[in-house]
Amino acid sequence: MNRFAALIDALVFMPSRNGKIRLLVEHFATTPDPDRGWALAALTGALTFREAKPAAIRELAATRVDPELLALSYDYVGDLAETVALIWPERPEYSVGRANSLPPSLDEVVEALRAAKRGQVLGQVEGWLDTLDSSGRFALLKLITGALRIGVSARLAKTALAEWGRIARPEVSVDDVEEVWHGLSAPYAELFAWLEGQAERPATGSGAGFRPMMLSHPLEEEDRAGLDPAAYAAEWKWDGIRVQLAARGGERRLYSRTGDDVSGAFPDIVDHMSFDAVLDGELLVARDGVVAPFNDLQQRLNRKTVTAQMLRDGPAWVRLYDILFDGDEDLRGLSFVERRARLERWFEAVRPRRMDLSPLVPFDRWDELVALRDGARENGIEGLMLKRRDSAYLAGRPKGPWFKWKRGALTLDTVMMYAQRGHGKRSSYYSDYTFGVWRGEELVPVGKAYSGFTDAELIELDRWVRNHTTRRYGPVREVEAGLVLEVAFDSVHPSTRHKSGLAMRFPRIHRIRWDKPAHEADRLETLAAMVAG
Amino acid sequence: MSAAHHSKPDRRHPDGPHPDKWIKVLPEGLYVEPGGFYIDPVRPVERAVVTHGHSDHARPGNRHVLATPGTLAIMRQRMGEGVGGSLQALDYGETLRIGDVALRLVPAGHVLGSAQVVLEHAGSRVVVSGDYKRRLDRTCAPFEPVPCDVFVTEATFGLPVFRHPPDLGEVGKLLHSMALFPERSHVVGVYALGKCQRLITLLRAVGYDRPIWLHGALEPLCRLYSSLGVELGELRPATVAAKEDLKGALVLAPPAAVADRWARRLADPVVAVASGWMRVRQRARQRGVELPLVISDHADWDELCQTLEDVAAPEVWVTHGREEALVHYATGRGIRARALALIGFEDEDSEGMPEKAGEGEAS
Repeated sequence: MNRFAALIDALVFMPSRNGKIRLLVEHFATTPDPDRGWALAALTGALTFREAKPAAIRELAATRVDPELLALSYDYVGDLAETVALIWPERPEYSVGRANSLPPSLDEVVEALRAAKRGQVLGQVEGWLDTLDSSGRFALLKLITGALRIGVSARLAKTALAEWGRIARPEVSVDDVEEVWHGLSAPYAELFAWLEGQAERPATGSGAGFRPMMLSHPLEEEDRAGLDPAAYAAEWKWDGIRVQLAARGGERRLYSRTGDDVSGAFPDIVDHMSFDAVLDGELLVARDGVVAPFNDLQQRLNRKTVTAQMLRDGPAWVRLYDILFDGDEDLRGLSFVERRARLERWFEAVRPRRMDLSPLVPFDRWDELVALRDGARENGIEGLMLKRRDSAYLAGRPKGPWFKWKRGALTLDTVMMYAQRGHGKRSSYYSDYTFGVWRGEELVPVGKAYSGFTDAELIELDRWVRNHTTRRYGPVREVEAGLVLEVAFDSVHPSTRHKSGLAMRFPRIHRIRWDKPAHEADRLETLAAMVAG
Repeated sequence: MSAAHHSKPDRRHPDGPHPDKWIKVLPEGLYVEPGGFYIDPVRPVERAVVTHGHSDHARPGNRHVLATPGTLAIMRQRMGEGVGGSLQALDYGETLRIGDVALRLVPAGHVLGSAQVVLEHAGSRVVVSGDYKRRLDRTCAPFEPVPCDVFVTEATFGLPVFRHPPDLGEVGKLLHSMALFPERSHVVGVYALGKCQRLITLLRAVGYDRPIWLHGALEPLCRLYSSLGVELGELRPATVAAKEDLKGALVLAPPAAVADRWARRLADPVVAVASGWMRVRQRARQRGVELPLVISDHADWDELCQTLEDVAAPEVWVTHGREEALVHYATGRGIRARALALIGFEDEDSEGMPEKAGEGEAS
């Protein structure tokens, strides 16, 4: 438990992605099985215990600490696991006689929690809390309440695994890890043995595991000149999230692009996956066949479960792009054209509810496509995808076979209102900007952006913020209405969460208009007129 | 702990006025009426008694200032001409009569020169703690508990989640990180008065004898501490140092500078902050701190509770900090307790990481 606790502590404070990978690599290299496997499972959300709810932990703490002091402390700290970890009485006079025993290993904790029946868990947790220090208590409580949230995605963990694995097996890629991973269960002894060079690659194939997805590159103008239109098929790029639907051998899973299992949040899709296939598509919210703004989908993302009301208000839909497996048959080696034909045939036969096919967009010349792309302002279309007709379905982001070709961005002249410090290498710079537009005589914030400028421009922006600060709120500075930022964004949607009533999608700084007076910036009405519809 | 407070005889003279009749909270600060002076006033007054040199307690412009010699030296160093009219030094333990009040300064263990103010009037004894801590600090005299009728205590870390771990363990964390990342410089945010010198003495005590590099804002007080006999070892100015020299070096800077423009001169620094606030992970993380060191010059929760026990006052007034929890705790122990609303002391947010060097050093 101590090693796991040390890892959690180090990850909590590590600002950079590379630093996190380094910490994980070190952990895999120095921690024996099965603890490292359990740690990996805990970090990637593959380990959940339902017996110890936060309310029960709070009650347990209240038996050892004055409830009033506990409540005041919780108000101050804001995180229950951290509050209990810090407040748990360590002094001998509070001890209940367990203090002589050694802290448990992660494996002991996991096995005990798995074996424990309802009602037994809290007694065990109390005993462990007495033997652990505050870092250990924090890690334990985060583990059992299933709320680690320390900035490690499944993808990051797999990247670290691949990096560590390359010490013994230089040929290993993240996608290899991804594919092997999904066939195995925690604590992944076979996976570690393979990556250490101690065993063969574990078999994969059957089961509803995640298959690495094929991703595209943005199409640059200079790329397009060299492409033959006859070699490519075009289809709409829908404005949702890319998903993989895996239904094999009775098991059903819905995965995000990065292999995170999002099945729990979308029962309205999973319920209709009564087939045996692996498909690639776009997850959307659609009402009566009409795609809703991305914002509606956003309400349903990042949730473990979903309420009846959310299912009613934001019904999910999948628009299918591709087929990877039809039953046991692996179609990934076929060309796009062949797979497309198989997809159409399969769809005709199965007719799954809440799903349809993403139509191909016929064209002969690039300029036809340009017109189509720029004319498409309806909800749900982000641009076009170009897929080479002979391309196999390859893992990762190979350059050449697939391109995404987003429609031109919208732009707006806004005024900087607040600036906030960035993270990691940018922590000494004010690099995150909230900007607004005029409504009458006042500015209303319409979005926030932290990209789109060069390092040299960042230095100038940082200086400008420091010299034009009017108020400070912790890490945030309010600035004079004096700098116009031309912001580019993909689309704008009505939003109840923003004061202006509008939310931009993918806003970024397009140009810094040092020359333009703030009062000449755009008005809210201008932005409202850009709402997709 | 027992319920001893219930049976403790009241030290206060039965005929004398209750201390809340002669100690008042005015906009200028805590006013001791029969002596005609304020303790740590927030605005310039005629007569001020100053507990210690931190800028939220020691402010410029008072006509008469009474403090320990150490505190006066610090105030002169920091304020120069603006320090005030006449300065009067009073050694620890000596009694001075001011008007109808007998006053004594007693070590508070917070920073060099820090004092509690012991007031006696009309048969009652009141102790105003100023800021204090209970653990070993080689840079100042240790806290002395003084039994009293009313104890006016700080409560900066007045919640039971604040338990400062042993100092040497925290110093060990710093040295471990330096061994793990020998190519990176380690920059530690420390308050210029007290924390800086204490951290240096802790490092020297565990045998760290390499030069320690200082941000310019920290140098004057380190010189003053040295001249007053606190051994700090070899110190070098970081502000003018070459980037190459600072690789693998230990650099101390005011908390506001560690993640700001000043720190850009360092090569890929590990950002640390030494403060009691570092105990709460999310707070440390919000500040962009990679290596939090829980080293504080304030009493933690257990020390606050222990001190209430030690001074055995039947009545406690709780000032700046999280008053509510300590009032609740004291009341549960049979102590009459209330929060004293003093303005002008640092609140939690500015204390954690002040924007300017020299501000909010009290944690």
